[in-house]
Amino acid sequence: MSRILIVVEHDGTRVNQATAKCVACAAAIPGAQITLAVFAADGAAVSAAAAQINGVAKVLRVDHASYAHPMAAAIAPQLARLAAGHSHVFGPSTTFGKDLMPRVAALLDAPQLSDIMAAESATRFRRPIYAGNAIVTVEIPAGSTVVATVRSASFEAAGSGAAAAPIESVAADVAPPAHTRFVSVTSAKSDRPDLQTARKVVSGGRALGSADNFKILYSLADSIGAAVGASRAAVDAGYAANDMQVGQTGKIISPELYMAFGISGAIQHLTGIKDARTIVAVNKDAEAPIFEVADFGLVGDLFALVPEIEKLIAAK
Amino acid sequence: MTKILVSIKRVVDYNVRVRVKPDGSGVITDGVKMSINPFDEIALEEALRIKEKGLAQEVVVATIGPADCQQQLRTALAMGADRALHVQTDAAVEPLTAARVLMKLIEKEQPMLAILGKQAIDDDANQTGQMLAALWDRPQATFASKVEITGSVARVTREVDAGLETLEVDLPAVITTDLRLNEPRYVKLPDIMKAKKKPLETLDMASLGVEARERYKQVKFEPPAARSKGIMVKSADELVTALRKKGLV
Repeated sequence: MSRILIVVEHDGTRVNQATAKCVACAAAIPGAQITLAVFAADGAAVSAAAAQINGVAKVLRVDHASYAHPMAAAIAPQLARLAAGHSHVFGPSTTFGKDLMPRVAALLDAPQLSDIMAAESATRFRRPIYAGNAIVTVEIPAGSTVVATVRSASFEAAGSGAAAAPIESVAADVAPPAHTRFVSVTSAKSDRPDLQTARKVVSGGRALGSADNFKILYSLADSIGAAVGASRAAVDAGYAANDMQVGQTGKIISPELYMAFGISGAIQHLTGIKDARTIVAVNKDAEAPIFEVADFGLVGDLFALVPEIEKLIAAK
Repeated sequence: MTKILVSIKRVVDYNVRVRVKPDGSGVITDGVKMSINPFDEIALEEALRIKEKGLAQEVVVATIGPADCQQQLRTALAMGADRALHVQTDAAVEPLTAARVLMKLIEKEQPMLAILGKQAIDDDANQTGQMLAALWDRPQATFASKVEITGSVARVTREVDAGLETLEVDLPAVITTDLRLNEPRYVKLPDIMKAKKKPLETLDMASLGVEARERYKQVKFEPPAARSKGIMVKSADELVTALRKKGLV
């Protein structure tokens, strides 16, 4: 039997969908018994929501003022303590999980596998390396604790709504460190869908030329209910915010539709979109590598084509 | 003396298209250009800028790996690092082993700050900095896009999924770098000459008391599943018609 502990990512009220994807990954391990751990200032709502995820046997709720913002230095020692008796400790491969899990692994003196895309057994996993240019199968000796981050784009989120799992309150008994203090978080507020989980994504590259020119993409995105992403080049140039970056070091996404405008398709970008169901590429350079992975390619001037595509979609 | 420790890793150059060996035993690295991991170059640049502001006196650069890694250490010295530590090993070094070695170097050097790249572009693990912070029992500020040091406190802006987060950490601390923290300087020829005279100390893992333990086995390497080649459409109209047929718009 594999006893799998999964740390829940949340914003204080809602469970991030990456958590249900971790559950799906864990559920693929034979004999998995899945426990979720919620670290929050007040985890009532989040724990209740987490308990609804299908396949979860138990939710551990750990409340402490120091968990009001997810800081690895505060959560890791407590999570490492809860890990006792578990064969696996999973977290999402989001900036939250990437920050936290290695700190937990080191405290447990356990190896970590990052970005697992498949669990072939309790001890055998597949993960991408070299920006997705190679996939490696990794084996961990039985008896060793497996700490891992789960690549969200590789899993369908576990459903919810079956019988709710029991919630157990656990006292935070590791003193949080005073050496790390949260100051602020700023995010570009928008009513658009979340890039990480959106079904459709409209994305722009350096060819957009300015932040102002990104407006044509926002307009198209809004007309089809899509999130907006960007290539690293566009973010570096200041045309788009950092949280819009798609690729090896940005977000790895798997929407049903990905529309890339003026993105040449560096390998580091392609690794972020290769799980997209349908890829559309519009670029004025017919030789752009993005066309090698696109399901539909169109060579032309994006400044003329984006408004035209929007108009044609609206025309029905 | 206030020091900053920067660790660098020798990796296949960013521009090389990596291919899997036909027998699945690894990726092809023979005859391939090797460079300092780009995130580590950013880490070194940040350390140099902190020193140039007068907030640190020495930048020590360290690496773990085979003899060839000295090329990358020399490049780091040419960029401006004051001295280099080479922990020489031919063994595969997992992130936790790397963190243990770096912890030994920290005990030796007592830096006020350790700056690492957030991930190496070969194994894409994104672990070593966080593991080092845990072993050191010190703060971590990962994925940094801005670092401001005032006295014994660093205020670090981090690139997170939600946007930008700012943390304040007491020094000593571990910082890992994201892409937009800075743009590393180019090395000039006179600096390459000067770097040849800078101290480079070679150490081995055994004398540091760290075992190159293999905690997992990489049993098989495969190329990723290829996407099937799509079609080129001639017009926006044709594109929208195709997307409509698939129920996507």
